[in-house]
Amino acid sequence: MTALSAQKRAEARIGLVLASPAILLLVLLVVLPVLATAGFSLTDYRLGTQTIGFAGLDNYGTLWNDPRFWQSVGNTALYTLIVVPGSVGLGLGAALLIEGRGWLRPFYRVAYFLPVASTFIAMAIVWEFLMNPSVGLFNQILFALGLPGINFFGNAQTALFSMAAIGIWELTGFNMVLFMAGLAAIPRDLYDACAVDGGESGWDRFRMVTWPMLGPTTFFVAIITMIRAVRVFEVAAVITQGRPEGATEVLLYSIYVQAFQYFNIGYAAALIVVFLVVTALIALVQARFGGGREASR
Amino acid sequence: MRGRRLSSIIASVTAHAVLMAGAVIMLTPFLWMELTSLKPPQEIFRLGLHILPREWGGAENYGRVFSDTPMLRFLLNGIVVCGAIVILQILIAVPAAYALAKIPFRGRGLFFALILVSLLVPIQVPSLFLYLGFARAGLLDSYASLVLPFIISAFAIFLLRQHFLQFPQEVVEAARLDKFGEFEIAWRIVLPSARPAIGAFAVFSMVAHWNDLYWPLVVVTDPEMATPPLGVVFFRNQESGSDFGALMAAATVISAPLIIAFLAAQKTFVRGLTSIR
Repeated sequence: MTALSAQKRAEARIGLVLASPAILLLVLLVVLPVLATAGFSLTDYRLGTQTIGFAGLDNYGTLWNDPRFWQSVGNTALYTLIVVPGSVGLGLGAALLIEGRGWLRPFYRVAYFLPVASTFIAMAIVWEFLMNPSVGLFNQILFALGLPGINFFGNAQTALFSMAAIGIWELTGFNMVLFMAGLAAIPRDLYDACAVDGGESGWDRFRMVTWPMLGPTTFFVAIITMIRAVRVFEVAAVITQGRPEGATEVLLYSIYVQAFQYFNIGYAAALIVVFLVVTALIALVQARFGGGREASR
Repeated sequence: MRGRRLSSIIASVTAHAVLMAGAVIMLTPFLWMELTSLKPPQEIFRLGLHILPREWGGAENYGRVFSDTPMLRFLLNGIVVCGAIVILQILIAVPAAYALAKIPFRGRGLFFALILVSLLVPIQVPSLFLYLGFARAGLLDSYASLVLPFIISAFAIFLLRQHFLQFPQEVVEAARLDKFGEFEIAWRIVLPSARPAIGAFAVFSMVAHWNDLYWPLVVVTDPEMATPPLGVVFFRNQESGSDFGALMAAATVISAPLIIAFLAAQKTFVRGLTSIR
């Protein structure tokens, strides 16, 4: 055996040693829990009962036939369908308008980004107060204008939209910063070429250069926002508890209630598997069409 | 020519008007939180639109926050938990990322695949099993249960590996010839080049864990162990919507650290939170 290959082997051993804490922890904190959860979803396990029996796909069957599950899925989907176009569109609009706005630019940037840098649950509680039906600022303004107030979180027709408004407020600034980076990367001479081709108005410049060049950024921003939107949890958990009439019951909140309030382990595990499949599908769409950028945990 | 200048002025004024209206909407919750935290109850409950406090209720509201809740303890818990998570994440990720980038070892491909798959798994997925484990070990309501699930960050390993890959291999080889150990090479030679990436990751992770409500809600019921978000939730439920002044004061106190940090280091902050791609 040559000295070189001995050295390579020693090196390989060290590589494994350096990686081993991470490997061990990944197995312990991610792989094992995920597999165990998939396993639990096939049982009738409930915390507090002594027995644990194999239940096949019963939990999934229960899910499928549970109108509350479908309401939760529907609410999460509707929330996502409002928040993604809302915060992506407003983020893009803000980024376009802020471009070249001179001395007020830093102010706008800070103002729009502040929700991202704030502690979300604290601000959600502030929103709840703003939307308070009697003493909240919004209804005080409506009353002052002689209009009827809105029972934002008390009414099944408006509760999910109120939640989505908070979500859009939270995410717009984040998306704006990503779009600003995308805009800065567009080569200036494309706009010159556009002018030579007769593209005069701002709309022409947007249609012929900005929008096509921003394609990958827009896709990426939309996917990131989608991943965040399907994880909506705080407002439902703290402010509405899924009420009224389940109008704000969202997927993660259903999981939380089943797992940690009812201790319905088998059923909650099945919900978690559904949640994992949904988030993984979104991420796979990104990996397949988005040029391999990774979303964070 | 005159018409064009006029139309560009109109465009600019319109843009500023729209942006300013947007900024007002973005900032309203913050301003209203501050203003309300300075008002006495009778002013908050008096009907009609009035914006500025006429009487001063700030001392009472903030006083109530610190006397009715262990607020300082919440903040301390937040600092301990976030600090421990970020430090351990980096300590564990650096050697692993270095090995992935610079040392060919058996199983490296499998390990990297595992990292990529783990990126897809949000905390809510392992939370059920981890909760059962911590409950059985008697570790609920402890720093251990708040910190341990997060000390492995597939994202940190992925990010650092990308940076280490760009580090020149010749320098690593030269250091090996000089009999530097691999651990030393990782920490003292390769790591300094990735300092901006580590800084960005630290900001990202700090903000994420300072804000996290889901996991503390699962493992903590004792107010003494609450992180700031959980603490403000406890306070909200305890006040049950009667004392908005104190509630807004509590919201102000727990959001202040991040907001001050953001205003003081905007570039680092924005980079840390948005370079996540």
